[in-house]
Amino acid sequence: MKTITVPALTEQLDTVLEFVQGELDQINCSTKICNQIAIAVEEIFVNIAHYAYRPDVGDATIRCQVSTQGQPQITIEFLDSGKPYDPLKNDEPDTTLPAEERRIGGLGIFMVKRLMDTVQYEYRDGKNILTLQKLV
Amino acid sequence: MNISKSTENGQTVLKLNGRLDTTTAPDFQDTLLGEIKTGKSILLDFSELAYVSSAGLRSLLTGQKAVAAGGQTMTLRHVSDEIMEVFDMTGFSDILTIESA
Repeated sequence: MKTITVPALTEQLDTVLEFVQGELDQINCSTKICNQIAIAVEEIFVNIAHYAYRPDVGDATIRCQVSTQGQPQITIEFLDSGKPYDPLKNDEPDTTLPAEERRIGGLGIFMVKRLMDTVQYEYRDGKNILTLQKLV
Repeated sequence: MNISKSTENGQTVLKLNGRLDTTTAPDFQDTLLGEIKTGKSILLDFSELAYVSSAGLRSLLTGQKAVAAGGQTMTLRHVSDEIMEVFDMTGFSDILTIESA
């Protein structure tokens, strides 16, 4: 797996997106699917940047692999050593409320679940590990 | 992201080029709220917009609330199928005013 480690800061988002896009460039990935993956990567990375080490700063490691056996599939892992936190346990937002009553919290992870084929969380060896997979 | 501004029938047109994401949403929101303060209604041209993340949705919701409070409108046009999918998925297609293609 290709790996990149960056400070978990939102300023690093473009670096992370370029890293993942670099892997996607190796296969024929439609713009639509590339954009869906970019949205998911942003949500997860920004979540780590905002919450994992607050108020301190730490590193986030992103591992990425494209498998081309059968239908091409991308696997992206996000690792951080921050507070144990399973974002998948959040309540799903009510997407039917009118604008005045809308809250944005939880919308990002909701989108990730919808846009990716599988989303898994585990806490292992002192690390939060979130894994995304999607057929491309 | 680049934002270009023009005027059409007394409405302010903001054309967005690039990604509306965590990095670009704060500047977009500042620009949008500044234009809403002029009292004019807003047209957002999405023809050159690649995608909208949840940070982008947040800025659009803030804009929608501001125009509603001011008795103005904010209309999105040239929304791609992909971005429309995100709006449908999150229920934003019910909140925002979107011109049909």
